[in-house]
Amino acid sequence: MSVTTLASRRVIEHRQPGWIVRLFDYKPFLIVMCLAPAISLLAIFLTYPLGLGVWLAFTDTTIGKRGIFIGLENFQYLLKDPLWWNAVFYSVFYTAVATFGKFALGFYLALLLNNHFRFKSILRAIILLPWIVPTVLSALAFWWIYDPQFSIISYLLVDVLHIRTSNVDFLGTPWPARFSLIAANIWRGIPFVAISLLAGLQTISPSLYEAAMLDGATAWQRFRFITLPMMMPILAIVMTFSIIFTFTDFQLVYAITRGGPVNSTHLLATLAFQRGIAGGELGEGAAIAVSMIPFLVFATLFSYFGLARRKWQQGEAND
Amino acid sequence: MTDVAASPGNSNVASATPDTMSWDSRARRVMMIYLPLSCFVLILLFPFYWMGITSFKPNAELLNYKEHNPFWITSPTIAHIKHLLFNTAYPTWLKTTMFVAIGSTTLSLFASTLAAYAIERLRFKGSPYVGLGIYLAYLVPPSILFIPLATVIVQFGLFDSPMALILVYPTFLVPFCTWLLIGYFKSIPYELEECALVDGATRLQILRRITLPLAVPGLISAGIFSFTLSWNEFIYALAFIQSGANKTVPVAILTELVTGDVYQWGALMAGSLLGSLPVALFYSLFVDYYVSSLTGAVKE
Repeated sequence: MSVTTLASRRVIEHRQPGWIVRLFDYKPFLIVMCLAPAISLLAIFLTYPLGLGVWLAFTDTTIGKRGIFIGLENFQYLLKDPLWWNAVFYSVFYTAVATFGKFALGFYLALLLNNHFRFKSILRAIILLPWIVPTVLSALAFWWIYDPQFSIISYLLVDVLHIRTSNVDFLGTPWPARFSLIAANIWRGIPFVAISLLAGLQTISPSLYEAAMLDGATAWQRFRFITLPMMMPILAIVMTFSIIFTFTDFQLVYAITRGGPVNSTHLLATLAFQRGIAGGELGEGAAIAVSMIPFLVFATLFSYFGLARRKWQQGEAND
Repeated sequence: MTDVAASPGNSNVASATPDTMSWDSRARRVMMIYLPLSCFVLILLFPFYWMGITSFKPNAELLNYKEHNPFWITSPTIAHIKHLLFNTAYPTWLKTTMFVAIGSTTLSLFASTLAAYAIERLRFKGSPYVGLGIYLAYLVPPSILFIPLATVIVQFGLFDSPMALILVYPTFLVPFCTWLLIGYFKSIPYELEECALVDGATRLQILRRITLPLAVPGLISAGIFSFTLSWNEFIYALAFIQSGANKTVPVAILTELVTGDVYQWGALMAGSLLGSLPVALFYSLFVDYYVSSLTGAVKE
């Protein structure tokens, strides 16, 4: 910034731009200078650690001790570790169920919001709140909602509706704990899905629906043959993001159960944290983190084919 | 009144009710739209209501559902908030979080504005690939980076310092902001810049005097998004910060306030409420920018 102000003053004084001005106006130099901050930040704090992480996974590094290369030992160990398998299972299960829930409910909410009614923009703003608020803080609220003694859900079921006679043990036993976490994740994910899909819905031309209605299409047919195919590209993108960030989720599980009870709710990320940072076994933690990569690549390819399909549908130029 | 208003010119699904329907369109609208919508709003907002009401409940009411209706407070108290503000390091955590969020937002806005300008306006051979590369960086989740990053941070001597967070957060902020700003720069007519070039402006003058003022909405969206994301970030802050005073709000509440076997639910919820408030306020001021950045990025 200061260079330009300095430069413009000089232009007035000398009527002849100084060498700094000319250097910054030299396109290749300017391009390098403009890209430098972003690229160097990403290279130092993203690309380098990514490579370092893969390297660490093949070493026995611990906190305070430089590791040596041990080949696939970490991975061999993990393959025999029932806790790792448990985390893989729960990560896949968590991602699958939560993504399904988020998209079913989020799509439904987006369709509802796509109608005309009053206070729509206020409603849209309110609905995004779960997405805005720090996840850990809303997770704490869920922790309190899932409290074994003072859960408000238990209160409703036992004292108000009289459906159950005893409190629900949300987080004390494996399966209820797993589903409680998934419910919290769905709660947090619905707004993002709904608002992104709403943006997609608004790009669909109403004339398509009018034509379909003239042809006598039912509401379900209009949804099935217009809305859904038109939404496919955006669904693919949003779903890829959602899958990647659900699979690598950390905060929710760490805040509510920390992997318990008896390690039944560990995701790969929380297990990596437990072994790598809390336990100090950096090499093993890195191996757990690296073992997430194949799943993420799979999700990204899913997005790629979603995008390719979009080009095929709408023509190359339509971007 | 809605019957008349809803029927003509309204091409949406709800007004397309065939005449053979036995109930009128108003009742149908209530059943099909308002009822499910209110269920959604109720469920999406309930945890916040619960958070809010817990923060102002005295402990006696908090743990006694038999005599007090848990959905309401009979004698509200600010004891929990007082405890939080005067007996804990909460104000320090808030300050640290604010510092980190503002610092990383500024840094990422600076880096991504320049990068987006270079990619979109200084077009060079391979600029689309640089753009794609930056975008792909967004797909690398923090969960697979935090362990090696921790060693990098230690190497740099930044462990346990808020500076570490300011430098690390741009890894997920810059890709998003760059992508968003490329979209905004695209929407600014190139002719404006050509005119300025003809008039003898330098490229940096063009960026500062023409492109940036026109891209202000984009900068605001990117700024809000960065601010909320850095405020909410958890895993890096948990892994890189150890001393109590340097913790950010989300980490501090979980690691410093959750102590012992009896949880101070009132204080915990008050802390969560206060920690959510700045982002919620910030967000409500700029909600349209936020929504447009969220949806714009998806549409790109």
